[in-house]
Amino acid sequence: MPASRLWVVDVYGRVFSLSTAGQQWEQCRDAQMEFKRVTAAQQCCWGIACDNNVYLNVHASDLPIRYQEETYENQRWNPIGGFSDHLLPSDRWQWSDITGLKHQPLDSFELPSSSWEWEGDWYVDENFEGEPTEKEGWTYAIDFPAFYTKNKKMTSCVRRRRWLRYRRYKDMDTWAKIPSPQMETPDPFSDISCGGWEISEEPRGRLSLWAVSLLGKVWFRVGIYHHNPEGSMWEEVSVPGEVLQISCGPGDLVWAVLWEGQLIVRQGITRDCSKGTSWVEVESPSPDVGATHVAVGINTVWALTKDNKVWFRRGVDSHNPCGLGWISMVGEMITINVGLNDQVFAIGCEDRAVYFRQGVTTSELSGKTWKAISVPRDGDRSHSSASTNSLQSAGCFFSGEVRAQSVVSDVELDTEKVSTDGASCLVTSTSPESVVDAPTDNPDQPIETPKPRIPKVTSDSFISELISDREPAKTLREGGSAGPAVPEEEETLPSEGEVKALCADVAICPSQSGGPLDPQWSNVDLEEAQGQLAQTGAALDAADTSSLSSVATYTLAMEDPYGTDEHPLWAWVSGGGCSVDSHSHLNWFNSVNTSSLVGSVQSMSLSVTSAQTAAWRQQIFEQLTERTKREMDNFKHYEQAIEQSVWVKKGTMQWWRDWKPYKWIDVHFALEQFSGPEGNKDGILFIYYNFYEEKKYLHAFVNELTILVPVLNESKHTFAIYTPERTKQRFPIRLAAATELEMHDWLALLSVSCCHSRGIQGPPSKQAIWSITCKGDIFVSEPSPALEAMPYPTPCDQMFWRQVGGHLRMVECNTVGIVWGIGYDHTAWVYTGGYGGGFFQGLASSTDNIYTQTDVKSVYIYENQRWNPLEGFTNRGLPTDRYMWSDASGLHECTKTNMKPPSTQWTWVSDWAIDYSVSGGTDKEGWQYAADFPVSYHGRKGKTDFVRRKRWSRKCKLTTTGPWQEIPPIALSDVTILPCTAQSNVDEVPLWAISNKGDVLCRLGVTALTPAGSSWLHVGTDQPFKSISIGAASQVWAIARDGSAFYRGSVSPQSPAGDCWYHIPSPSKQKLRQVSVGRTSVLTVDENGNLWYRQGVTPSYPQGSSWEHISNNVRKVSVGPLDQVWIIADKVQGSHSLSCGTVCHRLGVQPVEPKGILWDYGIGGGWDHITVRGNSMEPPRVRLPSLTDASAPAPRSPIPFRNMEVNSSAGDS
Amino acid sequence: MADDKDVLRDVWFGRIPTSFTLNQDEVTEREAEPYYLLLPRVSYLTLVTDKVKKHFLKVMRAEDVEEMWFEYEGTPLKWHYPIGVLFDLHASNTVLPWSITVHFKNFPDSDLLHCPSSSVVEAHFMSSIKEADALKHKSQVVNDMQKKDHKQLWMGLQNDKFDQFWAMNRKLMEYPTEEGGFRYIPFRIYQTMSDRPFIQRLFRPVSPEGNVHTLGDLMKEMDPAALPNDGEPKRYQVVIHGIEPLLETPLQWLSEHLSHPDNFLHICVIPTPTD
Repeated sequence: MPASRLWVVDVYGRVFSLSTAGQQWEQCRDAQMEFKRVTAAQQCCWGIACDNNVYLNVHASDLPIRYQEETYENQRWNPIGGFSDHLLPSDRWQWSDITGLKHQPLDSFELPSSSWEWEGDWYVDENFEGEPTEKEGWTYAIDFPAFYTKNKKMTSCVRRRRWLRYRRYKDMDTWAKIPSPQMETPDPFSDISCGGWEISEEPRGRLSLWAVSLLGKVWFRVGIYHHNPEGSMWEEVSVPGEVLQISCGPGDLVWAVLWEGQLIVRQGITRDCSKGTSWVEVESPSPDVGATHVAVGINTVWALTKDNKVWFRRGVDSHNPCGLGWISMVGEMITINVGLNDQVFAIGCEDRAVYFRQGVTTSELSGKTWKAISVPRDGDRSHSSASTNSLQSAGCFFSGEVRAQSVVSDVELDTEKVSTDGASCLVTSTSPESVVDAPTDNPDQPIETPKPRIPKVTSDSFISELISDREPAKTLREGGSAGPAVPEEEETLPSEGEVKALCADVAICPSQSGGPLDPQWSNVDLEEAQGQLAQTGAALDAADTSSLSSVATYTLAMEDPYGTDEHPLWAWVSGGGCSVDSHSHLNWFNSVNTSSLVGSVQSMSLSVTSAQTAAWRQQIFEQLTERTKREMDNFKHYEQAIEQSVWVKKGTMQWWRDWKPYKWIDVHFALEQFSGPEGNKDGILFIYYNFYEEKKYLHAFVNELTILVPVLNESKHTFAIYTPERTKQRFPIRLAAATELEMHDWLALLSVSCCHSRGIQGPPSKQAIWSITCKGDIFVSEPSPALEAMPYPTPCDQMFWRQVGGHLRMVECNTVGIVWGIGYDHTAWVYTGGYGGGFFQGLASSTDNIYTQTDVKSVYIYENQRWNPLEGFTNRGLPTDRYMWSDASGLHECTKTNMKPPSTQWTWVSDWAIDYSVSGGTDKEGWQYAADFPVSYHGRKGKTDFVRRKRWSRKCKLTTTGPWQEIPPIALSDVTILPCTAQSNVDEVPLWAISNKGDVLCRLGVTALTPAGSSWLHVGTDQPFKSISIGAASQVWAIARDGSAFYRGSVSPQSPAGDCWYHIPSPSKQKLRQVSVGRTSVLTVDENGNLWYRQGVTPSYPQGSSWEHISNNVRKVSVGPLDQVWIIADKVQGSHSLSCGTVCHRLGVQPVEPKGILWDYGIGGGWDHITVRGNSMEPPRVRLPSLTDASAPAPRSPIPFRNMEVNSSAGDS
Repeated sequence: MADDKDVLRDVWFGRIPTSFTLNQDEVTEREAEPYYLLLPRVSYLTLVTDKVKKHFLKVMRAEDVEEMWFEYEGTPLKWHYPIGVLFDLHASNTVLPWSITVHFKNFPDSDLLHCPSSSVVEAHFMSSIKEADALKHKSQVVNDMQKKDHKQLWMGLQNDKFDQFWAMNRKLMEYPTEEGGFRYIPFRIYQTMSDRPFIQRLFRPVSPEGNVHTLGDLMKEMDPAALPNDGEPKRYQVVIHGIEPLLETPLQWLSEHLSHPDNFLHICVIPTPTD
């Protein structure tokens, strides 16, 4: 989960934010003035400043906010001058919008506000409906307004062309004033609330913004969209009384509080009417005491009354925005706010601390308890290292490490006390900085008496380097202790004194604070706390003793005028941008009162991760290897004490019978495992069944199994087992276990057994071939050099696939082992180098590098209606009609109540909602019309339309684990990574992606060691894109949403983003869908499933000359670094059934025949994606005497070809 | 990067090359050849020496054969200690193969337990596992297991089936993440220089303050003499599975990865070789 932020304002009007991954309040430093209130969404934060103006702070993103302005230049032909701008009087303007009705010359376009800037000047768009036009971009027609073509004809009397210019929002990460003309808002705003981003499917950026003025009027900001973050104007909304405060939730809830103490609820908010239509009044929770404050979420409403009591509204949802009744809650608060996921934040009445409501879940929206957020502010204290002598500064260096990794370093402290050279080790590892300041600080501070600190200025980068990069620091230390350390006795001894003094501090501190013992070792903190106590005498603030607090707090505390107040007093909180839920792990509560437990758990988890690099671990690995060598290497000829024997695991299952009538029958299932003479494990699978009272069995050798595919569905826990033979037949062994757990146990066991028998263990290699099924399961196969061999490659039905945990829609890899995936919810994930996860537990999974992964997808059902003359459209159809609630095909009945998530792994996370984003368009109610079922639907009712349908969608979410880590924040729809050739020694690997909005992006900082890269570089395009691929020579090809192809010029290591796009005409009358570029080959797939090869591509003319058809029924193509071609094909015939979504390999691809000759069919049914872009293993060069003529294998028919493959592969298996 | 799973594998597949020689006092019909075998470090002597017995019985008369027992340089070897522990304790830093003397008479009743059959080993092994789980999880995990699960653990050890054993043992190694480790670490510290068979006391993986306990912490508490003093040469080695982990190694990690199949962490404190 990417970090998001909680926004607060303190009583002085300073704005702070707290990251969900952070442990301190960070002041929003660029705020030029004090703020009264803020309201946050994930992408921006609105606020009212003390000058009563509204300000907007759009958070910076790698993806700029840019808007395309367009205007048309129109010309008419006349016999004298040809085409000219002399138009007829009845004609449109010479410069107009697309309709011709609006006059808009180039200079009439102005930037909407000072927050925008032009990206460049106007230019002519030369792309027309996916086709490049003749030069100058003119399109021709007989007359305005008419049908335009790109070719000039005899009858072309008019022409027009489109001019484009982009403007970009520039005021990112700063507070930009929203211009507020007096006539719009006569009195200043006093309250503001944003929300409503979940009402429609608009991309992130659409907001409803509500504001309240001092006179109690309510205003609505119109037109806030992604491309227009500022909105366009304020509109007054009439209210039944004077409004005090308003709250807008992420969905359709808007509540407000009146001065008199009642509440009003906005009705009629829909996707078409985000402003709503009317108000309904709701009583104050308490009859005597009026409400003062309200906060709403998606399905939740909280309120405060004048006596600061907290109330929860029960029974609120979008059908019943008013809810049912009030419930009194514990706590006294002055403000309250509901964030994302209906999580609740409030500010305490007494202590002015920010409280988080713990335990809020969708089933228990009222949560359990209030918990104070207790973290320091970034300017809070001057810890600084304040070093008294070089040793202490060494300690500070050390403590910098303690912060990030407290327990481990604590351990190290212990051992250092034990080991003789511990202290000198610290000294030698001290950075030059602390050594430098040592002599100056040394004399002025005796250790025993704490004095006002003199902050030491340490650069942030230095500190963050310490924190982020522990390993080098550690090796440095090790190096120091191992090498000839500077054994200065004078320094070593005081160090021990120092340690004792520390212990003394630890002992003193709690007695003064009255709190429990701080578990962390941190000299600076404790002394600091003491000093502070002495000065202020105030109660010890929780935050102040928390040792974790001092991470990166090395700021110039003396310059901070607020650094010394004892306790932050908050005034306002907004959680609208803060993505937490009941499972989130937050480091916000490490106060003294609760610290010992939370702190320790947290440091545990930290130590576990850092343990991977720890010296002790390396030591154990090295010693074990050494031990094996010492004790076993010379004695391998000795007999083993224990003879290997057979181990059998048995169970009962159901089996899908191999013959007609196909049905599930009960079988006994057994896996016998044994060790071969070489120590390699093998096994046999038995399925025992009864056939006419007779016991029979079916068996398969584990080393012949090629893949185990879980086929989860709602009714049965089934999985499929393939062998090469069964892959050919398209008819796997299908088994069903009694429970999901049992199925996972068997799958994990069988998978381990298969891997053992093939000697595969650990993570996939860099060369691995990755594929994904239509269920989002991820499979990986290790290619052998013979896979791409000529002329007899390994048949691809013999490829062994093993599953990797996680859930993805697509995956792309390259030859140095960089692997990226994209989920169904368009989240980008990077492969961590682990294996297992998901249902693979224990030995089948790596311990590190496995993380939680979530994915969200929508389930659709259709509501169908037929028109009749009496009642119009009703849900009574003809007897022959489809179900009135059905799936897309209409063949299966699917109602809102009987529809279940795709499998037990998925849970619903939303309610059924009308889906307006159906292809063909819908009317305002979401209906699509057609003459009859099933034909093509359109969004407006015509005279001949007698049926209509409405699509409903519901989101479901899956949570699993796998070797994947999220790359926030931009959602992607495609990604491609440069396949490095073996020779090339590129440090930074080019990686291109398409965002789900269609922006082209270039990832910076991607290397084999940092596969996630660092940031995105946006590459401008004139239209949204959908597919992209980069070849081994940095040739970048892309497909736009309109189906046209583009080549990116001048991409090189020096210019990773290239310079401009060249429009490549698509094959005639075809809209392209996907592109893949190998070493030199460029292949595309079009919307109709045709596979095309780009002919005539040469280094000097990389755009090529024409498209050549290779094949049809292709869904996806992946071209590898050897120019090998693999596809996902539809309609592959097996001996038992037809399969869609099959992995196929193009045979006979070679430099003289880059299009190849025929297909070899691999695993399938239900495959969605494959990438072979990691496999650069050159096949062994085999020359058979009988086949020296290179063209000889070409005319062969597939059948002898296959036989020969089988023979040849018998040798290497 | 190597994975923690590899440690489990290395531990399980640790082997000690051993030469078994018949005691010279035994009466034989002809000269007995020594017998060479790779002994699993994690198993028990009486469980893996059927072949040895068979080998020597070929040269002996049945009436001269009593219960078989083993001795190394005058020390009778306790079969109920894992083989690796016996080796580390008595024979580490010596030349391989480990030379064990086989006896068929004069069973040292005062030193050794009798072991008439492998079911005695099984009982001993299972009681160790149960004791360990009592320390780790108040016996909750082991009690939740079925009889066949217990059998799977034992069969895994007996037949040297790593996967079979770990498929079940994994459950014994789990703990709630919020607790940061087991309740107590099951360990035994063996010293050659002590009369006590071993040290075993309650010790938690995490201190009350929330700090992770290390091997060094444990040794300081249980056997401070084993730790080196400042400025002095190291007198003792702290050996687990034939290796010397660093003292800052977290105890919980050691317990999860370097425990024997009986779920105990067996730690040997032996004098540093003087050469």
